[in-house]
Amino acid sequence: MINIALPKGRLGEKAYAIFEKAGYECPEIKEENRKLIFENAEKGVRYFWVKPSDVVIYVERGAADIGIAGKDILLEYSPDIYELADLGMGKCRMAVACKKDFHDDRDRTLRVATKFPNIAKSFYAKQSREIDIIHLNGSIELAPILGLSDVIVDIVETGKTLLENDLEPRDTIVPISARLVANKASYKFKNSEIRTMSERIERIIREG
Amino acid sequence: MNISQKVLTYDEKTVFRLRELYRGYGYTRYKVSKFEEYDLYAHNKSFLVSDNVLTFTDTNGRLMALKPDVTLSIAKNYRAEDGMQKVYYNENVYRTAKGADGFREIMQAGLECIGRMDTLAVCEVLMLAQKSLSLISETYMLDVSHMGLLEGWLEAADVTGAEADEVLSFVRSKNIPSIRSFCASHGVAVPMCEVLVSLTQIYAPLGEALEALSGLLVGDKMKEAYGELCEVCRMMQAEGMTSRLYFDVTMVGDVNYYNGIVFCGFVDGIAEDVLSGGRYDSLLAKMGKRAGAIGFAVYLNVLERYGASNDGYEVDTVLLYSEADDPFRVAEAARALRAEGVDVRTEKGSDTQTRCRSVCRLTAQGWERVER
Repeated sequence: MINIALPKGRLGEKAYAIFEKAGYECPEIKEENRKLIFENAEKGVRYFWVKPSDVVIYVERGAADIGIAGKDILLEYSPDIYELADLGMGKCRMAVACKKDFHDDRDRTLRVATKFPNIAKSFYAKQSREIDIIHLNGSIELAPILGLSDVIVDIVETGKTLLENDLEPRDTIVPISARLVANKASYKFKNSEIRTMSERIERIIREG
Repeated sequence: MNISQKVLTYDEKTVFRLRELYRGYGYTRYKVSKFEEYDLYAHNKSFLVSDNVLTFTDTNGRLMALKPDVTLSIAKNYRAEDGMQKVYYNENVYRTAKGADGFREIMQAGLECIGRMDTLAVCEVLMLAQKSLSLISETYMLDVSHMGLLEGWLEAADVTGAEADEVLSFVRSKNIPSIRSFCASHGVAVPMCEVLVSLTQIYAPLGEALEALSGLLVGDKMKEAYGELCEVCRMMQAEGMTSRLYFDVTMVGDVNYYNGIVFCGFVDGIAEDVLSGGRYDSLLAKMGKRAGAIGFAVYLNVLERYGASNDGYEVDTVLLYSEADDPFRVAEAARALRAEGVDVRTEKGSDTQTRCRSVCRLTAQGWERVER
């Protein structure tokens, strides 16, 4: 039995559709009920929905053998897991954004508001830049508007929210997409099942 | 004195079994103090599992550390004139655990073999690693690789410094798309890139993996590493110890310290590695010592929740007595019950909250079982 952690939301639903197409369907997952775990014993799969940022915790600690996680989460938490495939979905980018009229003065410590402090730290460390991290949990775009920060480091999909708030993306830190991840010990003991699953999923992605 | 098995936890039993195993191979116990000068760790941070070290200032003003690792202390004290040193240890270390916040006290066992290395010494350590795992679970896996394979590739592809670290991090997570995009953006030729991709994808029993590896050797360093792996495989085959020995190049140790065979052990039911080790001649060279070294550590903290769980009872029997009862008679009844091989807790009162298999009450004749 392979335990699969799916991220709640649209990305998870799209990811499940790929699993389904790859032959790992579990019809009861589509039923409207309050169940937390969905199993198809015949196909040897058990799915559960978790908060997107928790997927890597379930996988790293072995509660899930396989999971779908965004590259942003993988970069932020650096879990000790395998990253088996790029699903090519949920595409966006991690970027630095600021007010359109912001002029970066290297003479000052840069105030950076973000949900991703580790990504921001490592990006600016490479530039030997002194920064002051402001760790926020949501509405990051508000920070530069209200003068809480100079810039933000956040996920940019279309850039529409930024534009509507008179902000603009400046530097792209890294492109983001959803990844198929696996627990390292599970990969050893359920090797053929996980490999077959990964190969089937990659084939579906290639074939579009 | 015989110690009842039910007194020992799974990790404690494992410690005793491991000690017995290592003694059987002529390894002697090595005890190190809890503290070590911080400098030792500051100079060798990337050798540590985690680079966080608990420090304090000693009474003489020296900066000390609570030991986060045992190998460094053993390597530091090695003297060439002592010849071959084969030691085992069982110590608590202080560091952050994988995926957890804050420092923890972690029980660790392990062994080190320092001196003139040869295939026998390397294989003996690999065998002991396998036997250590088999004492924890029958379903285990020992993954083995050779640092020379990746070093050889980096050399042949001319990838160095921070870029080497970056591509090794992709190897560590079996991240094939990122390896390919790294190679494309750093001018690594496609055939060379595909060598690394194939190397990273191999996960197979060592003998089988060596066949696949033979077509992927670029440069002398890789060939040398391959030769060493073949020798190890032959010897392990002769010892009948290859069925659970797999090749996996993704265990990437720090190239500044590890220089030869590296290995990592897993048991079914535990989500992380329970054993890791390898050849670390480079560490000794950094310390100015000319000797070979190989060793491993078993992380006993991950066994805390492993093995048969206890049955939920705190004690077999609770013997109840009242204020009016003669304490000598209570003690006598408890003694009689213990003589029957059960654990007995005496409690004053008419009922108990203790989770126990049975409850007895003192009577004029001795004791009687109480129906609950």
